Amino acid sequence: MANVPENLHYSKDHEWVRVEGDTAVIGITDHAQDQLGDVVYVELPRAGDEFVANESFGSVESVKAVSEIFTPVSGKVAEANDSLTDEPEKVNKDPYGDGWMIKIKMSSSGEVDSLLTAAEYEDFTKAENE
Amino acid sequence: MTAPALKLKSTALNSIHRKLGGRMVEFGGWDMPVQYPAGTVEEHVRTRTHAGLFDVSHMGEIDVRGLDAVAFVNGLVSNDASKLVDGQAQYSALTTPEGTVIDDLLVYRFAEDHLLLVVNAGTTDKDWDWISSHRENEDIELRNVSADYCQIAFQGPDALGILQKLTRLPLSEIKYYHFREGEVDGVPAIVSRTGYTGEDGFEVYASPDKAERLWNKSLDAGNFGADDGVLACGLAARNTLRLEAGMCLYGHEIDETTTLLEANLGWITKLNKGYFIGRDRLLKQKEEGIGRKLLGFEVTDRGIARDGQDVLIDGQRVGQVTSGSPAPFLKKNIGMAYVPVEFANEGRAIEIDVRGRRVGAQIVPLPFYKRPKQ
Repeated sequence: MANVPENLHYSKDHEWVRVEGDTAVIGITDHAQDQLGDVVYVELPRAGDEFVANESFGSVESVKAVSEIFTPVSGKVAEANDSLTDEPEKVNKDPYGDGWMIKIKMSSSGEVDSLLTAAEYEDFTKAENE
Repeated sequence: MTAPALKLKSTALNSIHRKLGGRMVEFGGWDMPVQYPAGTVEEHVRTRTHAGLFDVSHMGEIDVRGLDAVAFVNGLVSNDASKLVDGQAQYSALTTPEGTVIDDLLVYRFAEDHLLLVVNAGTTDKDWDWISSHRENEDIELRNVSADYCQIAFQGPDALGILQKLTRLPLSEIKYYHFREGEVDGVPAIVSRTGYTGEDGFEVYASPDKAERLWNKSLDAGNFGADDGVLACGLAARNTLRLEAGMCLYGHEIDETTTLLEANLGWITKLNKGYFIGRDRLLKQKEEGIGRKLLGFEVTDRGIARDGQDVLIDGQRVGQVTSGSPAPFLKKNIGMAYVPVEFANEGRAIEIDVRGRRVGAQIVPLPFYKRPKQ
C-alpha cells in the first residue's frame, strides 16, 4: 500500500504539497512513483520561472514513459532540486523527502485549501484503480 | 487507469504474473505484464548478465502441413524457406504487393511437409486472413494453433544452464536458429535456440496447461540468489533489450508503410529465390535505390527521445523516431529513426524534437549492443 503522509496536501495529478510559510514544496506521491517505475530522468524549471496552478512545470521519465508534472499552486520557483539530474532514483526511494522537486513562492495562499487531504487522496487513488 | 473497453485475452500464466506483482497492461489485445517489482532496469540488466524469463505466449502460431507447405509459404514470405532443413528456424517477413511488411515472423521447419509460422500477437488474425486468402489449389492444411501453445523465453548467458537442468536434450548441440522436440520437466516441448534480446537463449513451446508448472520450475532452476538468479521480465524489458540489439518491432520500425529494404532487412529479402508477393517492387526499389533508411542514434544532450518524435537535420524536419528509450545496459539514451538516405551517414549530428525542445543526437551504427563472443 502506498505511503500517504498525513501532513501534506495532494492533487488529483498525484503531486504533493508541503506548506512552509508562504512557500510550497512540491513533489510526486509514493503512488505516482510506484506507478511510473524506475525514474531515469527528471526535468525541472529554473528558479525565477513563474507558473499558474495546474500548469506543467516539468517532466519525470521512466524507461517506459514520460509524465508531466503539474504545480498545484501558483507562484514563482524559489528553488529546484537539481540533485535529481544525477540521482533521479531519489524520486523512487524517497518521494516525500530527498525526491522533492521544486519550491514555489505562493502568490495565492488560498489554493492549497482546495487540494485533497491525505484521506481524500487515498480514496481518490483507490477509486482510480478500480 | 480506466477499465479497457475490450475484453483482453490472457495467457495461461496470467494469474502467476499477478501473484508475482506484475503490472498488467494491454498489448496487442492481450493482458500482459509490463514489469515486475524488480523493475525494468533490473530485469533488463539481469538478462544481459545472468538470465531473464519471459512469457511470450501471446505470440501467434500458424501450422502449415502438406506436400506444398514449403512452396506455399515461400510465395508469401521474403526469406527463402526452401533453404530450411528439418529442425531449423528462419527470420522472415510476410510482404504486401508493395514490398511493405504485413508482419515479421519465424518459420520453423519440422519436415518437408510441415512448417510452423510464429507471428506477432497483435497481427495474428490479420496474418491468418492474409495467408488463408492466398490459398488456391495447393496440397496444404492450414490451422491457427495459437491457443495450443504457451511460449516461455529463457534469455541471457545463464539461460542454457538453467534450462538444461530441466531437460535431457543436449542444449549446447542446438545451433542458433535451430530447434529440437523433446521434454522439458517431462512435458513435451519444442526447444528453439532463438530470442529477441540480443543474448543467447531459448524459446520453449508447450501445451498451455503445462505453462504454470514450466514457469515455476524454471524460476526454481534459476534461483541463484537475489543478485544472480533468473528474473521474471516484463514487456518493457523485452522492448529495451531488443532495441539495444537493434531489432525491429512490428508497428514501430516496420509496418505496411515501410519496405524491407528501408528497414535494413535486405538480409531476409531473397530477391533471387523466385516469386514472392512484393518481389517485383522490392527488385525495382533495389535497382532505383531507397529514399529513406532506418538508422540508430544516440542522444548526446540531456534528454530521452521517444517514439513518434521528429528528427531534424540542419533545422529541417526529415524523419521520425520509430523507437526511443533509455538503454538500461548501455546507460545511454538511444533510438531508431527513418531518415532520407542522403543524411543517413554514421557520425552525423541530428536533433530530436523532444516535446518542443531540440535535443542533440548522433547517428551511430546498428546494433547498439552486441553480446561478447564466448
